[in-house]
Amino acid sequence: MSTGARTYPPAHEPLITGDKTLKQITEDVCAPIERRPTWLWWVGFLASFCALLLGIAAVSYQVATGIGTWGLNRTVGWAFDITNFVFWIGIGHAGTLISAILFLFRQKWRTSINRSAEAMTIFAVMCAGVFPLIHMGRPWLAYWVLPYPNYRGPLWVNFRSPLLWDVFAISTYFTISAVFWFLGLVPDLATLRDRATTKIRKFLFGLFSLGWDGSNRTWMRYEMVYLLLAGLATPLVLSVHTIVSFDFATSVIPGWHTTIFPPYFVAGAIFSGFGMVLTLMLVTRKVLRFEDYITIGHIEAMCKIIIATGSIVGLAYGTEFFMAWYSANEYERFVFFNRALGPFAWAYWTMVLCNVITPQLLWFKKIRSNPGIVFVLSLVVNVGMWFERFVIIVTSLHRDYLPSSWADYTPTLVEVSTLVGSFGLFFTCFFLFARFLPMIAMGEVKGVVGYTERRTNVHE
Amino acid sequence: MSRRLFLGFFGSEGDVLGATREAREQGYEIADVYTPYAVHGLDAAMGLRPTRLPWVCFAFGLTGGLLKVWFEFWTTSVSWPLNVGGKPFNSLPAFVPITFEVMVLLAGVSTVVAFFWTCRLFPGKRPMLVDRAVTNDRFVLVLVEDSAGFDVTAVRGLCEKHHAVHTEERVEKPGEELRVWKEAARCRATF
Repeated sequence: MSTGARTYPPAHEPLITGDKTLKQITEDVCAPIERRPTWLWWVGFLASFCALLLGIAAVSYQVATGIGTWGLNRTVGWAFDITNFVFWIGIGHAGTLISAILFLFRQKWRTSINRSAEAMTIFAVMCAGVFPLIHMGRPWLAYWVLPYPNYRGPLWVNFRSPLLWDVFAISTYFTISAVFWFLGLVPDLATLRDRATTKIRKFLFGLFSLGWDGSNRTWMRYEMVYLLLAGLATPLVLSVHTIVSFDFATSVIPGWHTTIFPPYFVAGAIFSGFGMVLTLMLVTRKVLRFEDYITIGHIEAMCKIIIATGSIVGLAYGTEFFMAWYSANEYERFVFFNRALGPFAWAYWTMVLCNVITPQLLWFKKIRSNPGIVFVLSLVVNVGMWFERFVIIVTSLHRDYLPSSWADYTPTLVEVSTLVGSFGLFFTCFFLFARFLPMIAMGEVKGVVGYTERRTNVHE
Repeated sequence: MSRRLFLGFFGSEGDVLGATREAREQGYEIADVYTPYAVHGLDAAMGLRPTRLPWVCFAFGLTGGLLKVWFEFWTTSVSWPLNVGGKPFNSLPAFVPITFEVMVLLAGVSTVVAFFWTCRLFPGKRPMLVDRAVTNDRFVLVLVEDSAGFDVTAVRGLCEKHHAVHTEERVEKPGEELRVWKEAARCRATF
């Protein structure tokens, strides 16, 4: 009744191809975890781990010696540190969008990628969190940002400061993302527990699956909690990056003090995040042979989101330029003149080429359906979005109101190593995740396979 | 007090849905249905009452938000007022971002904790698996043989009508009961 070759009417293209049975889904997704890792995994993991070690060395040196090891000066007080912070937080937002927002919009295709995307969010937020920590003059006193009763008065934190809003926003975002991700993992960990052959796997999967038994009374509550968390995570995505944009928007310098920043940053975050999701998923589907789960349809859908958010970002660039001219404010006008034609023009035009011009290729279906080209484009988007944050921060700082304060900026080896180290941390975590945990949400994908069948049956 | 249970094993969600609906219509007491994923429509088929978890979420979120606003007000206006950039001590608009974040944090975490609590999920719990394949591809309907009116042959026929892969009867061992939910009694047919 439900097996054999099926032909679907175009409106009901299957979300998961290959006519998979439930058992096949379990086997396909659990296989990479249950076999020995391939040489590809080892190469990737070791390369990331080396990058991480480089980062640890750089950060240790910097914390022990001081911020002077960076290229910052009195004029350019923020550069690589905050660029990297905003870059990583932005990447994290795509994961929550896929997990929460696409869930609320009932986009069933998200089920193949939401587990990995949410993991990406958690690792990205971890990387992001490192930078505010180490950019403090005395990172060992970082706990002073928390409002706890103390003997210094008690001296409370400044609740009016966007820098403190960041502390609460990032902590909340990390906690809720981790909780949401773990909740989704519990049924899949139960599946792994029931397949486990070694004692240690049985113990660990058993411990973390919390005694899950598949009871529908539990599933009913689980679905409700999932919906509630998705509903909470959605405004969280918007609020967290808005608060991050407030770090700049609540200042007074031209190029920063503008109300376009909250929506511009949120759109940019989703744009860059999807670039990273595509980078990760295109490699994953090839190496782990998940082409039936992460189909061309999925890639196309993600490309469409990239075009949409990329267009918003492009529009924001244009709006900023227009408003700077329209305002007739000489300082505002100068900032944008300087961005396009000043010493950092190379960074600015790289940003425009990568974020505005190259994504336009994705309007063409032939390009969207080609995983190789999309992979290259996703890397281009990542690079472009890093440069966007760099341009916003450094060009606005290095030449603001008073020409006698104008300065130049060059990154030091320590800063570049720290950036490389953050990529090392991210990819090390991701490779460990790929090795030990199911990258695709089996429970959700099985539900979606049933959905396609139900929809087709209703119309037959 | 161990119960006698009747288990029907199915291979697809459509089958278990049909069987559950019919079992409920005929007045059998459904202990539970075990599935590898959340089956759409099964809650209604079992006659489950909607969960009260959203209220927990709302209550904790509201409390968290109010507490946080009060705390921000107290630290900045009462405990040690500081002149920060000429802003008023009671700068309520500036408190909004953090209040919102704390509200979301408390609402989210409390809902998940409440969920684990009500469903008795905790690290180290031994799962009461009716069948190892439940977490893979098997759907199991568990009925309670509660009274003399329970006709095993009729129930077996009901399951086979819905393409049951296998049926069996079991007696619950003491100490290994499927958790007796208070709602089990409500799952009888109430038209």
